[in-house]
Amino acid sequence: MPQQIRLKDHEKDARLVRNRVVVGAVAIMLLVSVLIARLYYLQIIQYDYHSTLSENNRVHVQPIPPTRGLIFDRNGVIVADNRPSFSLTMTRERAGKWQEVLDTIIEVLELSEDDRALFERRMKQGRRPFEPVPILFELNEEQIARVAVNQFRLPGVEVAAQLVRHYPQGAHFAHSVGYVGRINEKELKSLDPVNYSGTHHIGKTGIERFYEDDLHGQVGYEEVETNARGRVLRVLKRTDPIPGKDIVLSLDIKLQEAAEEALAGRRGAIVALDPRTGEVLAMVSQPSFDPNLFVTGISFKAYAELRDSIDRPLFNRVLRGLYPPGSTIKPAVAIAGLDSGVVNASSRVFDPGYYQLPNYDHKYRNWNRTGDGWVDLDVAIMRSNDTYFYDLAHKMGIDRLSAYMNKFGIGQKVSLDMFEESPGLMPSREWKRATRRQAWFPGETLILGIGQGYMQATPLQLAQATALIANKGKWNRPHLAKTIEGKQPVDENPVEDIVLRDKNDWARVTHGMEQVMHGARGTARKAALGSQYRIAGKSGTAQVVAIKQGEKYDRNKLQERHRDHALFVAFAPAEDPKIVVSVMVENGESGSGVAAPVVRQVMDAWLLDENGRLKPEFGPATVTVAQETAP
Amino acid sequence: MKNNFDRMLSSEDVMRRRASFLQRIHVDGPLLLILLTLAAGSLFVLYSASGKNWDLLMKQASSFGIGLVSMFIIAQLEPRFMARWVPLAYVAGVLLLVVVDVMGHNAMGATRWINIPGVIRFQPSEFMKIIMPATIAWYLSKRTLPPHLKHVAISLVLIGVPFILIVRQPDLGTALLILASGAFVLFMGGLRWRWIISVVTAAVPVAVAMWFFVMHDYQKQRVLTFLDPESDPLGTGWNIIQSKAAIGSGGVFGKGWLLGTQSHLDFLPESHTDFIIAVLGEEFGLVGICLLLIIYLLLIGRGLVITAQAQTLFGKLLAGSLTMTFFVYVFVNIGMVSGLLPVVGVPLPFISYGGTSLVTLLSAFGVLMSIHTHRKWIAQV
Repeated sequence: MPQQIRLKDHEKDARLVRNRVVVGAVAIMLLVSVLIARLYYLQIIQYDYHSTLSENNRVHVQPIPPTRGLIFDRNGVIVADNRPSFSLTMTRERAGKWQEVLDTIIEVLELSEDDRALFERRMKQGRRPFEPVPILFELNEEQIARVAVNQFRLPGVEVAAQLVRHYPQGAHFAHSVGYVGRINEKELKSLDPVNYSGTHHIGKTGIERFYEDDLHGQVGYEEVETNARGRVLRVLKRTDPIPGKDIVLSLDIKLQEAAEEALAGRRGAIVALDPRTGEVLAMVSQPSFDPNLFVTGISFKAYAELRDSIDRPLFNRVLRGLYPPGSTIKPAVAIAGLDSGVVNASSRVFDPGYYQLPNYDHKYRNWNRTGDGWVDLDVAIMRSNDTYFYDLAHKMGIDRLSAYMNKFGIGQKVSLDMFEESPGLMPSREWKRATRRQAWFPGETLILGIGQGYMQATPLQLAQATALIANKGKWNRPHLAKTIEGKQPVDENPVEDIVLRDKNDWARVTHGMEQVMHGARGTARKAALGSQYRIAGKSGTAQVVAIKQGEKYDRNKLQERHRDHALFVAFAPAEDPKIVVSVMVENGESGSGVAAPVVRQVMDAWLLDENGRLKPEFGPATVTVAQETAP
Repeated sequence: MKNNFDRMLSSEDVMRRRASFLQRIHVDGPLLLILLTLAAGSLFVLYSASGKNWDLLMKQASSFGIGLVSMFIIAQLEPRFMARWVPLAYVAGVLLLVVVDVMGHNAMGATRWINIPGVIRFQPSEFMKIIMPATIAWYLSKRTLPPHLKHVAISLVLIGVPFILIVRQPDLGTALLILASGAFVLFMGGLRWRWIISVVTAAVPVAVAMWFFVMHDYQKQRVLTFLDPESDPLGTGWNIIQSKAAIGSGGVFGKGWLLGTQSHLDFLPESHTDFIIAVLGEEFGLVGICLLLIIYLLLIGRGLVITAQAQTLFGKLLAGSLTMTFFVYVFVNIGMVSGLLPVVGVPLPFISYGGTSLVTLLSAFGVLMSIHTHRKWIAQV
């Protein structure tokens, strides 16, 4: 019996498979009919069309590069636009013996052998078949005419009009907006070859680099029919490119100019930002350079001059300049001390002019050698008392101090959209073990309390640390782009806000910083004289060369380049901050004497109207807000 | 009378002897004839497509030789013997794919090859093209048909593992072909129509939901370019625009052998590999392509006859799947080159240049021959 069932099953299976074979055969016949119908369509119905294409046998797809997005300042003043320019292009496939054609170009335009080598290099860069390669930019009228006259000797060579980036504001925004330059070999490998098929320039630094994808846009193309000599006979199909997005910066050209003026030709850096939003209002790194030089290729000589200049104009001091923050970090350290409970508003320290660790001989000096006597937090900030902060740092210990400073952005990249920002350095036990293979010494904690030692920060980080105090711990990453085609940039990776156990600590430290500017013994009171608004600030000095134990800083002994850098950070109006300014004057020596007046000038330029009065939108805050912020 | 009878007897004798010779060496005459025709046609077209490159032609010819030897050897194996070793081969194939996956990651790039220099160099994914349908056929032939849901599910897992490994190589084209070869076994095994229909109908809303709720813009863009390469004329669309012009300009009878212009002026990329049908279409026209399609249909028809006549269920399922998959090759390649289907790297079987795929294809036909020539009741036919 089971044998019988098995046999029956077998027959059923065979029938099943046979049915499926029939279904499969029918499906195959149907699909083959589809193929034949398709081929019939291509080869019979569309025969004339394809035959013409094929006979002229020159259907080309030409990329149409998109127009690069424009960049404006916050008031709509144009900062980067595109200007038509003529360039000489050569298509290798149409040039025949292109090496000989190059020789002819050199002869016709009376150029040098160096240029020829450059052209040859450009010709050899990767490209698609039949793609014209630009070899010489910004042709003048005479050169265009010479090429036209000699056209018969120059197969495959054409004068092409294209849009080239132009920076009408010149050096003002070289360090924030950056510049575009020719795509190099390395970039070519990582770029989308399709989208960049018609593009010859790419953002190299700054906003141009960071927002490259937005600014570039989407390539378009043309299917064209050409004759055997490569001339376009007609356009068969065209898809327009999608232009790049326009960017409105938060920078203000007027404030930028005022800030540059305030530096008065000295080397230095200024960052001004709006603490409520993180918008950067001015970003100055002096000296600067003309970004237009880089667009079509800077000559080697001009580049060497910029690169080797002792003033380092190419160096972005705001983002890449690393300085010990000096006393400017004291407000943040004070917050750390209050919040961790090692000090309170009324605890006092006696300052004999120095601080000594128990069982150590080394004397850690206060800047004021005679000492300030008994100091509490308010006085310590106002007088920038080092002894108080040595004591505070010692009590906190490196681990807690390091953690708090990280929250203030020291040792991490703070910006949202700035290219190649340096993270700075906030040392810790682990850092020292990893990099120096040494244990942490208590003395190193002390000097961190006054912003010396291994700690390094950029002017932007100092501005952000100050903005955090102005903003009571709320993090807004500093950013340069206000809107990208109308849309605000989004912080994909927001930083956790600083939440204090006692919110009033913010006001306590702010009060100390106000005393710096407005107190009778405030270190920077001269800079605040006659101001229309309350300023909260803090000076600082960044040592360039170390001073030996027991030796005095003697400016006359030091070369100008070895003098200390002057630092100052401040925000105003103190009760309802609308602007934060951080200033670094290279070799400026005195934070309160040199950097503070620069801060004041920048603030005046932003907050006051032409009559020297506070602009209404920056007027005193409403009563309720004032009460909340009162200590 | 006697004379006549003798003559009849002797002629029958001759026929039987001829048949029995091919039978004895386990070769199927019709299949061999068609394959040799295709080989000759391939070299003929390739000579033109490669720009009269003799070296390339010789390489392709020797690949044919190796493939035929491999086909011959495989045809000697009994289907029962294959069924016994298939599970082990499957495990080995998956392990090799894992090795490729790990190596690919270490080399920081894609790789499809296992390469022991001086010893052997091959693609495990090619191996899977035959092992995959054989495994599912082996598995289903031991169950009752049509397969239960549980057996379908297990089959899908067996198909899914190598599929995912090959997608990761990444080689979507091959992965899809292997998926198809496994799925065809299920189809041949009588997979219920309502399941097939419900999977297809369920796929539509899922795809739509994915499109609107899951996929990012850039992913959508990639899918769009994949489905419509001509929207990306600077990338893959270039090939399609050129191949369409080549095929279309061929007309009814074509421009003649060696006279195609598109392919010879470097307008048509990959003219001797995946896009070779464009050369055929340009030089021999609609007639040429239809002739090729007829030869393919003869081959497929013979495969389906072998499927129907196979004695064992394993043989039926495997032969059916191999034949159907072969058709998918043809359809996908011609559909892709003529702009009907997205561009996936699938060569035109037997015509495109490339030794590996030739050997695999001929091996698959070796399996068909084995199934057909090892039947027990051969004497009765």
